[in-house]
Amino acid sequence: MKILAIDTSNYTLGIALVDDDKIIGEYITNIKKNHSVRVMPAIEMLLKDCDTLPQDLEKIVVAEGPGSYTGVRIGVTIAKTLAWTLNIPLSGVSSLAVLAASAGSYFNGVISPLFDARRGQIYTGLYQFQESRLLDLTSDHLTLTVNWTQRLLEREEPVLFVGNDLSIHKEQIKADLGERAFFARLTEQNPRPAELAILGRDKEAVNIHNFVPNYIRLAEAEAKWIEATKGSKSQ
Amino acid sequence: MKKDQYILGIETSCDETAVAIIKNGREIIANVVASQIESHKRFGGVVPEIASRHHVEQMTIVLEEALNKASMTMNDIDAVAVTEGPGLVGALLVGVNAAKAIAFAHQKPLIGVHHIAGHIYANRLIKEMTFPALALVVSGGHTELVYMKEHGDFEVIGETRDDAAGEAYDKVARVLNMPYPGGPHIDRLAHEGEATIKLPRAWLEEGSFDFSFSGLKSAVINTVHNAEQRGETILPEDLAASFQESVIEVLVTKTLKAVEAYDVKQLLLAGGVAANKGLRKALTETFKNKEEIDLVIPPLHLCTDNAAMIAAVGAIMFEKGVSSDMSMNANPGLDIQFQP
Ligand SMILES: [Zn+2]
Repeated sequence: MKILAIDTSNYTLGIALVDDDKIIGEYITNIKKNHSVRVMPAIEMLLKDCDTLPQDLEKIVVAEGPGSYTGVRIGVTIAKTLAWTLNIPLSGVSSLAVLAASAGSYFNGVISPLFDARRGQIYTGLYQFQESRLLDLTSDHLTLTVNWTQRLLEREEPVLFVGNDLSIHKEQIKADLGERAFFARLTEQNPRPAELAILGRDKEAVNIHNFVPNYIRLAEAEAKWIEATKGSKSQ
Repeated sequence: MKKDQYILGIETSCDETAVAIIKNGREIIANVVASQIESHKRFGGVVPEIASRHHVEQMTIVLEEALNKASMTMNDIDAVAVTEGPGLVGALLVGVNAAKAIAFAHQKPLIGVHHIAGHIYANRLIKEMTFPALALVVSGGHTELVYMKEHGDFEVIGETRDDAAGEAYDKVARVLNMPYPGGPHIDRLAHEGEATIKLPRAWLEEGSFDFSFSGLKSAVINTVHNAEQRGETILPEDLAASFQESVIEVLVTKTLKAVEAYDVKQLLLAGGVAANKGLRKALTETFKNKEEIDLVIPPLHLCTDNAAMIAAVGAIMFEKGVSSDMSMNANPGLDIQFQP
């Protein structure tokens, strides 16, 4: 089964073409540049280089977030439109799961992939490989790094941290977790689109029309509106 | 025999997710619009992040509905046209990336369209265009006079220096405590009142086709505040009528002068505010006895944002061989000129 995987949820732009157990091609950049301009040309180039037509594709897999709202939307919009118009299945995979899978398969402990979410916050979750399957032990969420490390302290096991934004939070993590904290190697910090493809290959297909990004957060205006309507109801 | 040409259009520049299919540049085969207005009403205006989220929810549903209505598949389509700008960047991005994906999947030409060119070309879905033509574009974000020598050639000869007419309507509606969107409410109210309140008209310097509505908007706000301070009541109907009279008088007078100065054959009304009854009536009356000018006013559903108008521009650009590659981006500040 030929799978096209698309990840534009964070700075890393990743495209992979995978056929069953063969990684045919991968395109990865880790630069602060406009995804909207570059994703489709990257897909076009990768398919062309791999002598694959859009009609040859049999499944689309997309990183569904968390991440930049705009970034996730670009990937999800392209993935939904391609899957729908080519009439092939679509699966969404957590952007954090992709990071975890990119680094943690030989790690004896739990994995905490993370993306910086500004103001001392991170998007993170807790994953673990068991019999070479990636398990999601919590749900992806937004948290203050200091709160997260306190929660991890309660689990008495080594934790592997993964992600390009590690540098922002490394000092805090080291200070709180000491020797229990491990950090993925530089070459493992980019979420690998081939990992995304493999994770999505085995996942159930979604209803394409109803599929939306996992933003984690409500839009700010929506959150305020809910807060305000709650207030007026309780009065 | 020339083969029929079918263009699929996509529009997501603000709060409508729209897809349409048109035949030979003029005939609407399908025109689907999913409006988000109910969702934005509670915020008193369009919230960009929420608009973008709704577009992602609606995009493939609206695409499918349009193709189903037309009983077509992508094999029947010659090119995909999409609003490239101007508009809300996050909202535009959804349409642009959906258009790129669908064009790529079926190896069809991709055409980026200027939103205002779309509003102008809504007229071509009603009547064939004759040149030179002049378009009066009035919407929430635009107030422009656009001169057209021929298809695809746009020259902005006048534009607003501050607020767009639609913006002024929304702001005045807020002063009068009307729900969003305010324009239609003012229009309705204006017909119940009389223009008894003196409000300014911004003519600007002699010969200018530019507009300015911020002074008028301030005058309305001052009138309301002064009346409040004096404990007087102003009939909202009369204020609405007076405001509308000032806006329309300036729009119609400047349009008439431009029509004469540029010696155009056709006058096209375009944009969301073109749905305004007062404006439609004033233009119709002004040009009633001018048989040399062909006044075209699109029906209401083609004045507000839709994708048929985007496809209509796409049809002309397709004929001219203008298309984009996969690196097309949403451009919130796009210039209307697209001449190759
Ligand atoms: Zn518009």
